[in-house]
Formats: sequence, C-alpha cells, structure tokens
Amino acid sequence: MTKLSINGREVEVTSDPDTPLLWVVRDELGLMGAKFGCGQALCGACTMHADGTPIRACVTPIESVAGQDITTPEGLTGPVADAVRNAWAKHDVAQCGYCQPGQIMSAVALLGGKPAPTDADIDEAMTGNICRCATYARIRTAIHTAAETLKG
Amino acid sequence: MFKSDISTSLRALSRSASPAPVAFDRRNFLRLSAGTGAGLVIGAYLPVGSASSAKAAAGEAAAVFNPFVSISPDNKVTVLSKHLDKGQGTATGLATLVAEELDADWSQMVAGFAPADTPVYKNTFFGVQGTGGSTAMANSFEQYRKAGAAARQMLVEAAAKAWKTDPAKITVAKGVVSDGTTSATFGELAAAAAKMPVPENPTLKDPKDFIYIGKSFPRLDQKDKVTAAPVFTQDVRLPGMLFAVMARPPRFGGKIGSVDAAKAKAVKGVKDIVTIPGGVAVVASSTWAAMKGREALQVTWDEGAADKRGTAELIAEYKALAAKPGIPVRKDGESEKAIAGAKTVIDTEFVFPFLAHAPMEPLNAVLQFKDGKATLKSGCQMPTIDQSVIAAILGIKPEDVAIETLWAGGSFGRRAVYNADYVAEAAHIVKALGTADPVKFVWTRDDDIKGGYYRPMYLHKVRIGLTEAGEIAGWHHRIVGQSIIDGTAFASALIKDGVDSTSVEGVNDTPYAIPNFEVEVHNTKVGAPPLWWRSVGHTHTAYVMETLIDEIAGLAGKDPVAFRLSMLEKTHPRHAAVLKLAAEKAGWGTPLPAGVARGVAVHESFKSFVAQVVEVRIVDGQAKVDRVVCAVDCGLAINPDNIVAQIEGGIGYGLGAVLHSQVTLTDGAVDQTNFNDYEVLRFNEMPKVEVHIVPSAAPPTGIGEPGTPPIGPAVANAVAALTGQRFRQLPLSVHKLAAT
Repeated sequence: MTKLSINGREVEVTSDPDTPLLWVVRDELGLMGAKFGCGQALCGACTMHADGTPIRACVTPIESVAGQDITTPEGLTGPVADAVRNAWAKHDVAQCGYCQPGQIMSAVALLGGKPAPTDADIDEAMTGNICRCATYARIRTAIHTAAETLKG
Repeated sequence: MFKSDISTSLRALSRSASPAPVAFDRRNFLRLSAGTGAGLVIGAYLPVGSASSAKAAAGEAAAVFNPFVSISPDNKVTVLSKHLDKGQGTATGLATLVAEELDADWSQMVAGFAPADTPVYKNTFFGVQGTGGSTAMANSFEQYRKAGAAARQMLVEAAAKAWKTDPAKITVAKGVVSDGTTSATFGELAAAAAKMPVPENPTLKDPKDFIYIGKSFPRLDQKDKVTAAPVFTQDVRLPGMLFAVMARPPRFGGKIGSVDAAKAKAVKGVKDIVTIPGGVAVVASSTWAAMKGREALQVTWDEGAADKRGTAELIAEYKALAAKPGIPVRKDGESEKAIAGAKTVIDTEFVFPFLAHAPMEPLNAVLQFKDGKATLKSGCQMPTIDQSVIAAILGIKPEDVAIETLWAGGSFGRRAVYNADYVAEAAHIVKALGTADPVKFVWTRDDDIKGGYYRPMYLHKVRIGLTEAGEIAGWHHRIVGQSIIDGTAFASALIKDGVDSTSVEGVNDTPYAIPNFEVEVHNTKVGAPPLWWRSVGHTHTAYVMETLIDEIAGLAGKDPVAFRLSMLEKTHPRHAAVLKLAAEKAGWGTPLPAGVARGVAVHESFKSFVAQVVEVRIVDGQAKVDRVVCAVDCGLAINPDNIVAQIEGGIGYGLGAVLHSQVTLTDGAVDQTNFNDYEVLRFNEMPKVEVHIVPSAAPPTGIGEPGTPPIGPAVANAVAALTGQRFRQLPLSVHKLAAT
C-alpha cells in the first residue's frame, strides 16, 4: 500500500510502488483528466502538479511522490485555474482537446510562478507539451489573457 | 484574436484525410456492408431514422423530430453529428446549421454523435457512414438545415394547434415560440411537436436572414475539453473491464514463430495471453499491467516473408523505377521533343519520407461482446466499416454491432482505415478471450509510430524544358510510390486504368497551363501499409509543383507572385484571388530585416483555395518560420473562427512534417519509437498565423485539410531565397541550411 495525497484527499493505493502515477490515478482511482500520450515524458499530456510543480505522471513512480500534494486536472482550483480555463474558453483553444488538460496544468504552473510571463517565458514553460492540432498560437494568447485577468 | 462570440465550427471537415469527395462510387461502398440498403427518405434530405437509436443518443426523455434533431423537456436541442469530430469542429458546425433554421438559442444547443446506421447517417458523397476528404460540411449543409427547418415547422404547427391560432401568426426567435400573446419554449412544445407530420420540403431561410451562419459561435465541446471531462475512448471505464495491448512483429509482413508466455503471465495483474492474427495480445487488469506483461512476453517472430528493405534500398529502387516509363496519367503534346529542344532543362528528383499521423490520443477501442451483440465505444471515423469488420470477425450480423462514437483525440486520417485495423484487433482479442467483459484495447505511442498506415514514401522525377524567354516548353513528371487505395474496397471508385487519383492529385490537375505536359506513375509495393494523411496526395504534390513554379519564376528573373498570377489570372480566378489577397496582406515586395526572406505558395485541395506567404530565417542551420499570412476561399464561411482555427492547425501540422518528421526503415524495421525521434511541431516553433477569408456565397467546401499543402513549398521557397539552394528531400532537418 502506498499513501498518496490526490487533490487534497489522502488515499491508499494497492498498485506496486514503482507504478507510474498516471496509471494509478487513471486505472485505480478513476480520475481520467490527465491523459496518456507517449509514456516517456515527451508530450506533456499526463502533466500533474506535485506540490505545485508540473510533473510528467507517466514516468513518475508513486513511491517518489508519496507525501507530496498531487493535483490532477480535475482537482485544479483557485483563481489562476479559473482565469486559465476561462481564457481557454474565450479563445476557443481546444480542437480535439486531448492534450489540453496537460497544457492547462503547465500554464497554471507558469502563471503561479510568473504572473506576467513574456513570450519567451511561455515558450520555455510550454514547449514540453505537444498539441498535434497545433493550437499553440491560441494557447499563447490565452495565457496572456489569463495574466491580464489575474492582474485585475 | 479574440472575440466573445468566437468559435468554431463548421465546416470543418475533416482534418482527416481521406478520399476525394465526389469521386466515390456509392454502389461500391454499399457493398462494403451487408444489410445496408437504400433507406427510406423523405424528400431528398431527411431520412426516416430509427427513433430508438436517435433517442438512445439524445436521452430517453427527448422528443425525436428526425434522426438529427431531438429536443428534451429541459429545453436542450441535441444535434446528432453523423460525422466524427476529431477536433475539426464538425459537431459544432452541424449544430450551427440546425440552430440557424430552428431559430434556437445557442445556449440550448448540445452536440452528440449519431449511432451506426448507414442508410440514415451515410455520408451522401460516399454512400457509407464515414468522415473524410474534408466533406462533412459540403455533404451535410442542406441536409442539416432541412432537419432544423422541419423541426421548426413542427414546433409552429404544435403551438398553433394548442393555441388555436393560425400558424402564419406564429414567430420563433431564440428558442421561444410565440403568437404575440402566448409563448412557449421548445422544451414545452417538444413532445406534442414531435408527433406532428414531418414536412416533406421545409422552407429554408434566405441567407440574408442568417443569424448563426457566417458568425463565430463557440464550440459546443469547449467546456468539457477545458474542464478535463472524460469524453474520450481513453477515458472509458466499465465494470469488469479488461485492458489489452498487443505485441506485433518488428518488420511488416512478419508472423508469429513461437510464444513463451510464462514470464508475461507471471506479471502481477496479467490475466491472459492470446494469439490473434498479426500478433500476440496481453490482457490484464490494468493498462500498466498489460504493458509490463508485454515487456516480459517472449515471442520469436518468423520474418521469412517480411519486407526487409530499408529506406535507402527503397529510394534506390524508386530512382531506378523513375528512370523507366510508368503508367500514363496525362499526356498533352510531346514533352520529350519539347525538352530536347529547350534552351534550359531542369532535371531533378524529390524524395518524401513515410509519415505517421501521431494523433495525441493513441489509437484505442472499447469492445464488449455479450449475448450475441457487440458494443463498440471508440472515436469511429468509418462506422460502416467498423461495424462490418467486427461483425465478420465475431460471426454476427452488422446490425448486431452497436457503435457509440466518442470525441476523438485527433485523427488526421489515421482513424479512417479501410480495414478498420485496430478495431479488428480488438475484435480478435475479444473473440479469442471468449469473454463477455468489456475490453479496452490500447496502442502505445511506440505502437503508433512503428505500426504502419503511413503517408507513403514518394519520389518524383521531373524534367522541365524552358525556352530562351524562360517559359515552359515541356514538362515530364513521374511519380513513384505506393497506391493508398490499391487493394481496398475504394479501389473500383478511385483507381482508373491503374492510376490512383490520390497519388497524382495536385500534379495532373495543376491549374498552370503547361504545354507538352506528360505525367506518369509507378505503383510500388511495400510492407508498410499506406494511408491518407491530412491532405493526402497534396502533401507531396503541392511541394513539388509550387517549388518548381517558383524556381522557374526565379530562372526567368520574374517575381514569384507576378509570375504565378500571369499563369492563373485568366483561367483560375479563385487561385488568383487568394494569391493576391495573401500577397497584399503580407506586404509582398516590402523590405524585410536582414536575414529574413518571404516565400509563397498557392494550392487548391478539397475544392478550397489557399495561398500562404511565409517569413523565414535560418537559425542554427534550420528554418525558423516567424509569420504565415494565409488567404482562403472555401465557399460560404459558416463559422469564420473555426476556419481560422483549422488553417492555423493545418499549417502547424504541415510545418512540423516539413521541418522534422520522418519514419525511416533499416532492414525493414522502423527506426523511430516516440516523440523523441519522430519529431513534430512544438510550441516554440509555431509561427504567427494571420488568416484572411475571401467572402463567398458559393457552397461550402473543405477546410480541415486545405491549410496543410501550401506551407511546405512556401517555406522551401523562402529557404531558397535565403540560401540559394533548392531542397528536394524532406524533412528539411536532414539538411544543414546556410544563408548566403
């Protein structure tokens, strides 16, 4: 049994300690927000937060994040998350939408650390998240919009 | 670009590539699935559907007006899309057509997917239920408007009857029916209205009265996608569900030699190992356990019959073939004679790599076979084919296969497979297990990159003779590559005299007036199965034609835009119009900073016309695209913002391939494994894209695919301006670029 804190809830999971967090969250806990895209930390579709920092859950063994606060896309709350989701909706960012939970996790982490990111900051924070629909330009615009909203 | 009324949809049409719209032979398609007949139709557009299946998709409480439109007591209007929405916005687009004619309020619209029912939901261009060829809007435009108009008329009749009023006195606006004194919502009238006679020929709005068409309303799937709702096949969870992955031979055409399942079975969570056609499946209690089981599985492959040629060998073979006459495609005049007498000759070859589609959601399907009935949940792009393939494998009738189509995480052509490859694998696994439990079958990314169904490798050999004045005297063009269509059920419709139209589209139908023009094709056989990839043949033909035309302009000392216009303006006004618009908006001819050059291309595909002007720099030996200005004419713009989104996406998808992507083979085995070595466009490489839509009242045409073809040649033309070199092998990353 491994104890995890997922979206503010303490849970005990039976998967082996070396099981990637992504599969524990999806198949054992039934939280489907974070997606499987590559399995090798190459595309960002599985992005979650551990103590507020983005991690690629597909290569993160659960034993390595026991004791940390894990946030999945469904558990993302607060003003930054709201501003980001609203900006995404405003710009109709998602096309197929499969990568967007991961994109949003990366964007929220970026804005949490840098409330007014430059284009270079955005490039650095987002280049690990692939979108095959190439919604990148709208994501950039939406991040700037969210930053404006948060400035108040 | 930002707008509060933004949005999406319509037109869209598939970003998936697939067969050309009008070329389909309906009879041929109907043969694909036994049990699909002509279907009853009212008028030409409103089939009588199985109310039960529409109800199942729209909700039990809903009143079904026709197979496309249902209205529930809580005032929601559900529009069932007969086309898969894999991101291209089709579901929102079809709902827009219904909302328009129904005079609904946008906030009450809900998008869903039609069940598998070929006579009712067929693509009217194909004759089967399926999405592709950027046809969704073109083949549904009138049908869905009539569906909305018919429902509106039934609501009015029901209100008139209830209120004992003349129907002519009743108005409908924003989801409210009123006679001036009494009013009711759609939801309040729905049950009674659905019982009214279905009008045979409902009146459609005059386009000048459109309130939704031509405006940009937000996508109906946006909220779910932004809140990470479980809308994809990957997200399906069912009680007792089993998880399966499959081991396949490393080389195409390989077979199973022997299987030692002992170590795999010892992996915690692994339940069974089954041998099925094409490989060995590992079935487990979780996805991770199935993957670990596959790692432990020991299979000896019999590769005696496998294709062991590598990319280098294939290129050598293709070059040898290109030196020999091929199957004639087009012959105007005497190209050899004209080239022999020319002042200057361009004699060159182009090489294009295999490309994987790599949609973000790896391929998957959830299938259950219980009590003689099968249920498939998947992002189904060709329900008719999926249905008949599952039925054949399980030994049941197609109508005993129910399909619940889910939102798909991309396709780009990969889910429109002529043999339903991964769905067939799922059916074989379910059959081999003999289980009544649902099975979730997933491909990993490695499976996806290594699994074939690629945009085929192509080689073009082109010889062009130019006159002293630099004009084209003759043009001889040979294309070598796999036919996508050969051996599929589409063959009789799309292959004529040995020529697969998808191998040559964009060359043989060039808009440029070329004297003494000869086109030939060689169809090759390769182990890796071919498939359409966003914009199909245009992925390579536009590159060849638009870089050569550019080169000819350069040799004649003419401006690339002016040169093209001189060849297009009189005969091809829609090409000329987008070219002029893109050039004007891009500031063609105005000065640029040092080290930056422009490139241009114009191309027609899927009956839409697209021109792009790019601005490119060389950074660290590679092309960096800063800006793309695009003009598009796709007929009536149903949802302008979705057109913009599809062009942005089509450019990004094509640009990634031109810059980076290739699947290569060594001794027949695929060299790439994942996004580390099958590189695609990333965030920091996305250029600024500006899209300008040519106003048009012409019928709507494709938008999912047409943005892709011009980006490659436009970039290559800019690179040539910077480096003085023409790069004829893709991706560009295989070359070291240096500005002169």
